[in-house]
Parts: sequence; structure tokens; C-alpha cells
Amino acid sequence: MAYKERLNKRGFEETRPIEAKVGIIKRADGSAYFRIGNTIAYAAVYGPRNLFPRFLQDPQRGILRCNYNMMPFSGSGERVRPGGSRRSKEISLVTGKALLPVLNLEEYPNTVVDVFIELPQTEAGSRCAGICAASMALADAGLIMKDLVAAVSVGRVDDKLVVDLDYSEESYEGIVADIPIAMIPNSNKITLLQMDGMIPKEDVKKVLEMAKKACKKIYEVQKSALKDKYKVEQDV
Amino acid sequence: MSKLLVNEKEIVVPGETLATGMDNLPGNGTYRDGENIIASRLGLVQLEGRAIKLIPLAGRYIPKTGDTIICKVIDVSINGWRLDTNSPYSAMMSLKDATFDFIARGADLTQYYDLGDYAVGKIINVTSQKLVDVTMKGPGLRKLKGGRVVEVASNKVPRIIGKAGSMVSMIKDATGCNITVGQNGLVWIEGTPENEFLAIQTIRKIENESHLSGLTDKIKAYLEKAKKK
Repeated sequence: MAYKERLNKRGFEETRPIEAKVGIIKRADGSAYFRIGNTIAYAAVYGPRNLFPRFLQDPQRGILRCNYNMMPFSGSGERVRPGGSRRSKEISLVTGKALLPVLNLEEYPNTVVDVFIELPQTEAGSRCAGICAASMALADAGLIMKDLVAAVSVGRVDDKLVVDLDYSEESYEGIVADIPIAMIPNSNKITLLQMDGMIPKEDVKKVLEMAKKACKKIYEVQKSALKDKYKVEQDV
Repeated sequence: MSKLLVNEKEIVVPGETLATGMDNLPGNGTYRDGENIIASRLGLVQLEGRAIKLIPLAGRYIPKTGDTIICKVIDVSINGWRLDTNSPYSAMMSLKDATFDFIARGADLTQYYDLGDYAVGKIINVTSQKLVDVTMKGPGLRKLKGGRVVEVASNKVPRIIGKAGSMVSMIKDATGCNITVGQNGLVWIEGTPENEFLAIQTIRKIENESHLSGLTDKIKAYLEKAKKK
């Protein structure tokens, strides 16, 4: 059986509906909300601020600490055990590495920038949603950045190449490849590339092109969300 | 072929191309990447001759030489005081910068500045590693007694002060409070409790509506209305 049609009649190169907002957590220095389909991510940024214990300080640059967390009720109904896990630790690490290339932390020696990503609801693509939210929150915090980061998962379901896999596709019976990608949209540089499953070499090239296009679209959403925060204020 | 891609006062996000070609110069908050000038933070575009600058809309205060700030004593050491500057970096005030008085060897330094005291200081030096030196020697620099300190966003400070201090002196006249605004986003207010409250309310209003034009007139009307009650 070949994979003919996606859920909700979504096109193979189409992402789930995206929604983005900025500045929703008032006490944080910067914050953002990013929704793609049923996956929701909140990101809050604190800093640059003083870093203790002191031996962690880097006199050449500020450091970035990311924390990815799925809320206990966020999964498909099974309770997600609260607190860190092997998985969340890995995702926190790769999120930090995906965001670091755009940040100019040399401007803030001996400090730390904390990024907290919370997911109240997840249905595949949560690390990508987290990265999108975090990059908007970092910009909202007024940090010096070279660019934003947009992320999306692409892959192969059976014989079709698809953008933004949802849970039903990730768990499809048959050959599935799930490739989360984070990109700097203006320079087309990749900051995160992971893969789950199997995919032929030539398909990877095709799928990367698809990711590039999808990231550009996500970037536009991020951009307008950041601008909207101030536009609303101007209208009042 | 050079081309400017943005208008004055437009809001831009990091990574947005502001201009192409070599005719324009990258100013604060921007960088050059080959032919293009690109925004490196969230801000409002300001054109100054050939230079493109960004006025930051968000962000923590970062100490700068020459700024007058309100700071809090957080530690008393043998050769001076450590001050909190409402930024990621604390500042040092050495004995000779603290007072004109003669301080005898081994004197109790807390009689000059004790833990938790607030003071208006001036930043005399910031190193590449962001070691900050503050002095108390200068006009208007002093220890703050009484009153209260409120925090505002540091990038709204120019609006609170107003053109040549017009806004802050208007609040001072209307409320009869003594007000000192630090560049680091701390504001010290001293007066009767009701007046202090009104001054804080006014400052919050300015902070929330700082991007609007004709703010001075609006605040004037607001203060007059509040005083009639």
C-alpha cells in the first residue's frame, strides 16, 4: 500500500497550520509562543545575567543554557514523567547548538542567557517548534543576533517525501524517515540535522530542498510575529 | 547599485537586510555581510546621513562609560564597595572615588555606604571584560536617602527624561517629588506617599506609551486630571 494522501488533505510539501506570538510571558526578558498543528511550544529567555557558580563563567563569551521540557499532560494521553530525561537532555543540547551560531554572545562575557522551552501539548516536531519559539524569544529579549533560526521536520513516509510529519506519519507502518532540520533562512546554513529511520541518499537531497522552502515560510511567520508585537502597540 | 530597503522608523528583526551596496554604512545594531547591511537586533531604523542605525526596542542595560546610574551597595570590601547596576555586571567603587572625606586606614567603611544603600553614580570606565568603575565625585552624584526606587525598561529611559529633561521636570513640578532617573532603568522618587504614587503611575504610563507621538501633552493632561481629584 502506497502512501497516497495526508491527513486533512494536506499537501506533501505543506506544513501544519502555524501560529506565532511574541512577548506573552511578561516577567521574562523575552518570550514567544509557537504552534504548528497540535504541537505547542512556549519559550522564555532570561538574561544576559550574572552567572554563578563563578567557575562556569567564560571570560570570552556569554554562555547559553537551554532547557527543553514536555509537560506531564502534553503527550498522547500517557503521562510524561516530569523532570529531565535522557531524551529531554539530548534535545536541550541540540537546541542550544542550533541557536548558538546566530547569537553574538562575545558581547556579553561572563554572563549566561537562559532559555526555557515548555511544551504543553505535543504531536511530533516538538524540538523544531521549540527552536522556532526560542529564536523568536531571543530576538524579543533584545539580544544581538546575526539572524533568526527556523526549524521544521522533513522526511519520507513509505514512498513519499513529506514536510512536517505529524504523529500518525511518524508511526506509519512501513519505511519512515524523520529528519528535523534547523536553518538560518537568509544564508541557508543548517544548524541542526538529525535523523530517525532510513532514507535513500538521493532523497535526502530532495528533502533538504523542501526543508529550505518550508523554513523560509516559517521565517516569514516568525518575522511578522516579532513585528506585530510593536505594531499592536503603535495602533493603540 | 546601492539601494536602501527600509524606511526610517521601521521595525526590523535580526537578519533582515537593510540596504545593499557600499553607499551606506553599518551603524549600531547592524553589521555588514559582503554587499549587504543586515540588522543584528530587534529595533527601529534610524538613518543618519549614510549610516544606518538601530534604536533597540528591548534588551537589558549594558554599562557604558559616562552613564549616570542608580546603583545599590551589595558588598563592602577592604578597598571599596561593590554595586549592583541593574545589569549583568556589578560595578566597583573604590575608596578614592567614593567621597571627598579623608578615610583613615582601617576605618569602618559602612559609615559611608552600608549594604543596601542606593546611590547615584557615574560610570568612569568599562573594560572589555565588563569590569565597571563607578565614581561619586561629580555634580548631582550622591547617596540617596529615603524615597523609593522603581525599575523601568532601560531603553525607555530617554522618553521618561524627555527632550532636555522636559518630561521628568514636568512630573517633578506636578507632584512636588524629587526624581532622579538612572540610565540603567532605575528611578528614584521621593515625596509624600500620595505624590510618590502618582509619580510612579505617571512613569508607568510613559513606559507603556513611549512609542506614541505627542506623549508630553498627553502626560500633561493626565497629571492635571490626577491633581484635580
